[in-house]
Amino acid sequence: MSHHNTTHVRTISDDITDITSQNPELCYQCGKCSAGCPMRNYMDDAPNVIVRYIQLGLFEKAMNSATIWLCAGCLTCSSRCPKNFDLAKFMDAVREVALRNGVKVKEKTILKFHKAFLKQIKNHGRSYEVGLVRDYKMATFDLFSDVENSPKMLLDGKLNIFPHNVKGKDKIKSIFEKTEVKKCK
Amino acid sequence: MQIGYYPGCSQEGTAKEYDKSLREVLKVLDVDPTEINDWSCCGATSAHVTSHKLSLALSARNLALAEKQGLKEIFAPCAACYNRLLTSKNELQEHPEQKYEIETIIEEKINNIPEIYNIVNFFQKIGKDKIAEKKKIDLKNFKAACYYGCLLVRPSGINSDDSEQPNSMEEIVKATGAQTIDWNFKLECCGAAHSIARQDIVVDLSKKILDDAIKHGANVIVVACPMCHSNLDMRQQNIKSKFSDFKEIPVLYLSEILGLALGFDKKQLGIDTHFIEFNLPVRNDVQEVSA
Ligand code: SF4
Ligand code: SF4
Repeated sequence: MSHHNTTHVRTISDDITDITSQNPELCYQCGKCSAGCPMRNYMDDAPNVIVRYIQLGLFEKAMNSATIWLCAGCLTCSSRCPKNFDLAKFMDAVREVALRNGVKVKEKTILKFHKAFLKQIKNHGRSYEVGLVRDYKMATFDLFSDVENSPKMLLDGKLNIFPHNVKGKDKIKSIFEKTEVKKCK
Repeated sequence: MQIGYYPGCSQEGTAKEYDKSLREVLKVLDVDPTEINDWSCCGATSAHVTSHKLSLALSARNLALAEKQGLKEIFAPCAACYNRLLTSKNELQEHPEQKYEIETIIEEKINNIPEIYNIVNFFQKIGKDKIAEKKKIDLKNFKAACYYGCLLVRPSGINSDDSEQPNSMEEIVKATGAQTIDWNFKLECCGAAHSIARQDIVVDLSKKILDDAIKHGANVIVVACPMCHSNLDMRQQNIKSKFSDFKEIPVLYLSEILGLALGFDKKQLGIDTHFIEFNLPVRNDVQEVSA
């Protein structure tokens, strides 16, 4: 949604504004979000710096950052921002445009997890843990992590051997087909 | 009391005991939960990470189904489901053009989205007096650290709780006779969905939370979310192997601690399926409260 009447070349910032219904210019860089961010120690750029990159038009820097993937969506920043800027939602949007633009993702295992999770939903309508773990492990070749915890869950009947398929399974599949982000590069 | 129930995927899998204990407790409290017919996943922590529309549409389908079923109020025991459903509701109501687009995608109409409660708000609605009235055992040797995690009270204004210093869960837990402790980490993030892909981070963050609860004198942690539970309970195994001096602490769902006070035993509530053994004495001989 750009409201310029002169010729305006659409930018990634416009895409982010469209997804989030809020203008990244709102942020005045006080840094309060980053001060309380639980994932800050594991990130490369501080969360407010990602907003700054977008404000300055440094889109590649924002989309290439590990920060956008490490953000856990905890909403601490969104709760505390003095400008009422929903930074967690902004982070979602930066990830989304990064995927659309086919950017090389810094935190590959995190994205692989999300993809494996969503694949179960697309196929069955509900999460299916055995399939999730199978698909995630196949994608990452990380075959042996967490083996210590699985036998107990199986014994306790918590890991269902077969998925539950919702009746509206086809509808769910079509929701995915209409909304999934496709690479545009 | 009638209420619509959106269980969420974990209730059928890794959090089966949450569902089981909740159903037992609600029966005693005269609540009759109606499951949303053919509910599907809300998209949880993965859909909104990759596609805003996907996450809105997945939640909206469930809201539309609930409305079709005539449900005026629903509750979601998983904090992540609660947060997704409520966020989507707010967005659909605030942006009519977005609502129209989502209706086309899900092929359902949305007019009156039900009221959405998280489990703590829902127990508040049932009332602590009702819990106290049905209580069979006074859990007075329990020193509970109530853990809200990220998604129960955020962003600020999502419900009546204070997003920095909430107190609603303590109020409910106190109705069991348990003491609640003051501590610093009741809203700190456990790393949530990074549990599998970045276990190292979740182990660090969860340890800090558990240590803080123990340091402030807790002998049990109470949670209201399957994801919080698996990070704080199951991941204690991994914490123990990384930090040899770590002292373990049991983690109960809110419905389980209520269930103990209502007189159910550990097995009936599924507490025996946790990774960290729950061995606090539950002394019905100490104080029988006549029902
Ligand atoms: S707290 Fe808000 S205004 Fe301050 S830097 Fe973060 S997003 Fe910007
Ligand atoms: S939502 Fe993301 S950026 Fe914001 S505080 Fe949480 S982890 Fe940090």
